[in-house]
Amino acid sequence: MYAVTPRKDPMTRWWWSLDRPILGAVVVLACIGALLSLAASPSVARTHDLPEFHFVVRQIAFLVPALAIMCLLTWLDIVRVQLLAFGLLAVSLVALVLCLVAGPEINGAQRWLMLGPISVQPSEFAKPAFVVVAAFLIARGLERPAFPGLLSAFAVYAVLLGLLVMQPDFGQAVLVTAAWATLFFLAGTPLSWSAGLLGVAAGGAFCAYRFVPHVASRVDRFLDPSSGDTYQIDQSLAAFARGGITGQGPGGGDVKLGLPDAHTDFIFAVAGEEFGLIACLFVAGLFALVVLRGLDRALAARDLFVKLAVSGLAVLFGFQAIINMGVNLALLPAKGMTLPFISYGGSSLLALAVTMGFLLALTRRRPGPALDDGGPV
Amino acid sequence: MAALGTSSAQENAAARARRRVLTRRRLERRLMLVAGSMGLVFLVLAGRLVDVMVFNGQRPGDTAVHGLPQDRGRADILDREGQILATDLASSSLYADARKISDPDGTARELASVFELDETRLAEDLASRRAFVWIKRHLTPQERFEVYRLALPGLYFRDDHQRFYPAGRLAAHVLGFTDVDGNGIAGLERTLDETLRQAGRDGEPVQLSIDLRVQHSLTEELAAAMERFDAIGASGIILSARTGEILAMASLPDFDVNQPGRAPADARFNRVTMGVYEQGSTFKAFTIAAALDAGTVTLDSRLDASHPLRVGRFTISDYRGKNRVLSLPEVFIYSSNIGVAQIARELGGERLSAYFDRLGLTRPLGVELPEVGEPILPARWSDIATMTAGYGHGIAVSPLHVARAAAAVVNGGHTVHPTLLRREAGALEADSVISTRTSEIMRALLRLNVEEGSGKKADTPAFPVGGKTGTAEKATAGGYDHQALMSSFLGVFPAYDPEYVILVALDEPKGTKETHGFATAGWTAAPVVGSIVNRIGPILAFAPSEPGETEGRHNLMLSSYTQ
Repeated sequence: MYAVTPRKDPMTRWWWSLDRPILGAVVVLACIGALLSLAASPSVARTHDLPEFHFVVRQIAFLVPALAIMCLLTWLDIVRVQLLAFGLLAVSLVALVLCLVAGPEINGAQRWLMLGPISVQPSEFAKPAFVVVAAFLIARGLERPAFPGLLSAFAVYAVLLGLLVMQPDFGQAVLVTAAWATLFFLAGTPLSWSAGLLGVAAGGAFCAYRFVPHVASRVDRFLDPSSGDTYQIDQSLAAFARGGITGQGPGGGDVKLGLPDAHTDFIFAVAGEEFGLIACLFVAGLFALVVLRGLDRALAARDLFVKLAVSGLAVLFGFQAIINMGVNLALLPAKGMTLPFISYGGSSLLALAVTMGFLLALTRRRPGPALDDGGPV
Repeated sequence: MAALGTSSAQENAAARARRRVLTRRRLERRLMLVAGSMGLVFLVLAGRLVDVMVFNGQRPGDTAVHGLPQDRGRADILDREGQILATDLASSSLYADARKISDPDGTARELASVFELDETRLAEDLASRRAFVWIKRHLTPQERFEVYRLALPGLYFRDDHQRFYPAGRLAAHVLGFTDVDGNGIAGLERTLDETLRQAGRDGEPVQLSIDLRVQHSLTEELAAAMERFDAIGASGIILSARTGEILAMASLPDFDVNQPGRAPADARFNRVTMGVYEQGSTFKAFTIAAALDAGTVTLDSRLDASHPLRVGRFTISDYRGKNRVLSLPEVFIYSSNIGVAQIARELGGERLSAYFDRLGLTRPLGVELPEVGEPILPARWSDIATMTAGYGHGIAVSPLHVARAAAAVVNGGHTVHPTLLRREAGALEADSVISTRTSEIMRALLRLNVEEGSGKKADTPAFPVGGKTGTAEKATAGGYDHQALMSSFLGVFPAYDPEYVILVALDEPKGTKETHGFATAGWTAAPVVGSIVNRIGPILAFAPSEPGETEGRHNLMLSSYTQ
């Protein structure tokens, strides 16, 4: 039983119902991110003729509201999470269309929307909203066979995927697909369907490789480093190798100076060079903690929707971290993706705050009937 | 109907509940599978982190880091007190994989903005498609920083080591140096190359017999004397008379070991071990010791030095001689060539050469340096060769040979094996060359020479010194140059029970107003030894004597022999 004494004030109730390990891990990650921005971003700022601490200040300026938003979201109950997710998804989809129509082209992709002085990347916000919405649709379908849950969820996925590919933003497409595949698998669909989906994904990836030149080039360079410029990955590996077990110490990094995206996509390598293996294992451990603890909470939850949504959000978050670290370590082809809560990037940070806010809101302990196990079946 | 309907509704409800439970259980089974997979992926990441950061793992398809062996570095070299004489600094060298360089000219131009290089040649090298091109060895941290900031593709750093000698010029000839790849090519770096490499940078350091403080004192005093007397070179050695450990060894002009390439060959030449010179009168100590030990002379012997000595077509004469009959101590302190020549003739070539041999004067040094010179000996120990060799002419050895022989003469008669490595204190097995009694007489003679003879200027009020001067005209093609002298002083300290032999030699010193124009050893080299003893006495923990304490104390036994 989840005994919550009504005498306690709402703040105390909120605090004790939260999943504090996940919250703690996220806060520690955010602090590590602020610390690492000191190591990684001054050289990048100099390269762009910006003040030395330009990115540091902005990182911290984003971090505070992001964490605040995350905490605010944890106050929502399940229905409000669903409502907010639907709203956010709708806005994001419209914004994604606007990107294609009116967004500026940066590096050959239309991912950004300019709202006055600030630029927003709608795809970041579409991800958590999509996961919650898809989980809601699938759960509804499982509970009421008349409702075409899986099909409608797939429709939403197809629309989102289409918009992402048109930008193009294959990184986000991969993440959305991973989360979708997880939900699809958890929905209890026959294994042959899952295998089929895997085949379709492989086919899609192959098409991207065949028909999208920059995807092909990145994959080729991954499979055969001598086939082209592998500068970023070489530098990244050199940074890790130089770090060794204990690292070169704060400010001792040299290789980081030659990493163009040191403050965003390759911040993990900067951490490796300056703080060493132990720090890197600690960071990876924090991500693993969030993901596995999240999945564990999903396992323990009673509500089907909560199970699905929490799993999807944890996998979404985990995949982003895994892909980033995998690219840094040359385990995966180069792919621009931020390391959650650590990399610099306002949209990414806010969207991750939303992701974790949803996850924490859904994993709160709530008073309710004991688990209806249904007895032996 | 109604009853039936109710029952069917109940059945439906039961079926739904059943299905919901089944769905939930399947979901949970699959959830565990997902969690397991995620956990596995994190484990792979952790493994890869260890692989890259500890074992420098490579990507699939990469060759080993361009085929370069890892540079483990060299162990440190320390002085006997643990001061660092040579150490490895972590450094990095820049190279390129020319195949990955798309813009050779631009790359060369940008690199030329960081450090000096031949831009055209580098551009050619970078355009060569070769997989490996050295660009610059041992960058400074600033240069490395700048190269990283250029963020140019195809450039790589190899972590290696650069040898650094914190003491710069001090003990340069002892330490030697390495080439750019860290191979020892001179001095101890060469002799100990294998040991230092095997230990690696973090391995057990090698500890030398050198004492940096003593080395500094010696070098500074030598340099001062060289300047004062306008000498073209100087050498000095401080040797432990008991253990054979070399506390200091200096050869001037010297060079900065950190930049051996900039030093002229003359500066890299080690005068102490590599240079062999006619030593002159310092040899008289060995001849007299040999004769005393063999019993062909005694303290009571008297030798006629009233006239120059004619041997065949040679004439042996004294420098500022007394022109009278001299006692043995007088022969020594007035440095009479005539007297010593007679002593040598009396002893005979066979026995004199045998003593020289046992004192180590005719044998290789056996010290741990590659730069050692072979003694040049008389072809035949004829009468005249024996007589001149007796006072240090017609025989050429290195200064270290002299110090080694002197150590045996004053330490009680035991041979020592000179070494640059620190020896553990303890019993030393040693052969006896001369008797203890002979050694005692020699100490007294050396002290007497400082109190009353040619070595007066070596004395210091605080520390009793014994010693012998030696002035040799330098051999030139076909004869001797009367103006070009090698002036040396062989000192022992403390005089009563010598622990250290201090040899100083000045190459071609010129007389000054203070020396009344004399460039001979008594005026030039002897005072250097005095200054050195004054400095190193306290360092080596000797208490200074009270004024008058040492006056004549030691030489009561000899006082009756001099006029």
